Amino acid sequence: MRIVIAEDSVLLRVGLTRILVDAGEDVVATVGDADDLLTVVGRHRPDLSVIDVRMPPTHTDDGLRAALRIRAEWPEVGILVLSQYVEERYATELLAAGTAGLGYLLKDRIADVAEFLTAVRRVGAGGTALDPEVVAQLLARSRRRDPLGDLTPREREVLTLMAEGRSNPAIARHLVVSDKAVEKHVGNIFLKLGLAPADDDHRRVLAVLHWLKG
Amino acid sequence: MRESIGRLLAPWRDGRLGRAAAHVTWSLPIGVVGFCLVVTGLSIAVSLLAVALLGVPVAAWTMSLTHHLANVERRRVEVIDGRAIDDPVPPLRSNRWLGRIREQVSSRPRWREIAYAAALMFPATAAYSLAVGAWAGSLALTALPLAIAAFPGRTAHFWLFDASGATPWGLALVGVVGLVVIAPWLTVAMARGLSAMARGLLGPGASDLTELVARAESTRVAAVDAAEAERRRIERDLHDGAQQRLVALAANLGAAREHLERDPDGARELVVAAHDEAKGALREIRDLVRGIHPVILEDRGLDAALSAVVARCPVPVSLDVRLEKRLPSAVESAAYFVISEALTNVATHAHATAATVTVARSGDHLVVEVRDDGVGGADPARGTGLQGLRDRITGLHGTMHVLSPPGGPTIIGVELPCGS
Repeated sequence: MRIVIAEDSVLLRVGLTRILVDAGEDVVATVGDADDLLTVVGRHRPDLSVIDVRMPPTHTDDGLRAALRIRAEWPEVGILVLSQYVEERYATELLAAGTAGLGYLLKDRIADVAEFLTAVRRVGAGGTALDPEVVAQLLARSRRRDPLGDLTPREREVLTLMAEGRSNPAIARHLVVSDKAVEKHVGNIFLKLGLAPADDDHRRVLAVLHWLKG
Repeated sequence: MRESIGRLLAPWRDGRLGRAAAHVTWSLPIGVVGFCLVVTGLSIAVSLLAVALLGVPVAAWTMSLTHHLANVERRRVEVIDGRAIDDPVPPLRSNRWLGRIREQVSSRPRWREIAYAAALMFPATAAYSLAVGAWAGSLALTALPLAIAAFPGRTAHFWLFDASGATPWGLALVGVVGLVVIAPWLTVAMARGLSAMARGLLGPGASDLTELVARAESTRVAAVDAAEAERRRIERDLHDGAQQRLVALAANLGAAREHLERDPDGARELVVAAHDEAKGALREIRDLVRGIHPVILEDRGLDAALSAVVARCPVPVSLDVRLEKRLPSAVESAAYFVISEALTNVATHAHATAATVTVARSGDHLVVEVRDDGVGGADPARGTGLQGLRDRITGLHGTMHVLSPPGGPTIIGVELPCGS
């Protein structure tokens, strides 16, 4: 996979590059600010750009704005936004442009290298990776409290993992249960929330996030 | 010569005369109203006080009416002196009516307002009579020759002499001077006298200024104390949390390095432990930094920033933010920290199963309420967290009230002025 990295901390830029290269990915360019990011994405058309939110020139949400520009101009480029803090509002702004090929994770997640690489590959392949903290915030803000209250604790866990963008087998591995059991939970969740069943992982994330925002 | 005549006639030309006449004339009815208000209000209050506590609200009501009257007077002098009087009466801070009454009764400027309202009638009557007398007398003298011509054979009797012959014309001259110069100047002087009295009684006295300075000083001290307490908290959090974790991490990595050659399995365990410590330190530093200054608050405002606060609270919270536009950053951040601290308390002390947070604008105030269904008994005098918040809110001239009867529920309400 061809990857562009935008991160203003040199230490982290080098660390990220090493992790990705060690995993056999192709890091085609690294940049330290949002303007350069747009230039190199335009030139390389990578499969994925890994973007820090807080970057020069203004050190506020430059990375986020660049990500939205990339979405608009080159929708085929996957975007993985990394941040010191994750915020439901930023997630909502990113998700408004579609969930395909979109990731939004805490920087801390890099420390769990295997998990991080799974997320990178999922987003690069057009999937979704949302940080558990973002999902928790979406759940907390959801006005649909009552149907959520009907879910069993296990079903809530599964709902959270679905919203993070994980597939059934991934959820099964994470919870250390069988695929069959996960399928049953997912079926129950869709039934309780009144959602039309969706087989495709991507349509499923969309349905769940849309429901949470409603 | 021309110049001095111009000065003598000045009240006619610069509009001062009209304003002064209006001021003197209005002072009389206002003085009567003030006198009646104070005398009736306070005597009803005192007589009711003897029977029941009902006198207290009547007194408070009288004082607030007097305050309105005083404010009318403060603005009214502007036409005479060119500037209104500053209101030295501090706004009432307490949320309880008893506290408000106590503030009213112990306020010196408010008692001076009462004195002014009760006394104004007397100098106003004197000023009005003198001015009207000057005008009427001058007019009568001016008209004297006409009166004598109209009624031949009649004379005008004065105390000391009869006006006849050439004297009426002399007196008429005096009357003209009276009309043109003396009566206008007297009217202006009366108006000035009345406005000086208003300034003396209704303006800020020296002792009020001392009081104001003392209050500003105590607000400042509270703010400094709050900042100092905050620094201590950050130091403690860093010391107990991230710093200890980093020590453990370094120790684990050091030990792993020793074990690397002869005990690879042991080394792996130590590295795993070090990895966990590192992630824990990251998490703690993240929480700490966010607690000092959440970037999202500056970036997207209160509503957006509260998502993370609400999500981190282990008690389910329903959040309702109704704001159409951004607020001053000091207000946003005070509201943010009040809600954070209140939800921390809900999570640690309240034993609650649910909480609600509402944020809305009411006029030129931001109104925040945090309510939980827990055990109650929260006391802002004991908890340093709540006290620190109160200092912060007082610094912004806001108010905070805590309602937390034993058995619950607990309701924390905050009002912050936020401009218009």
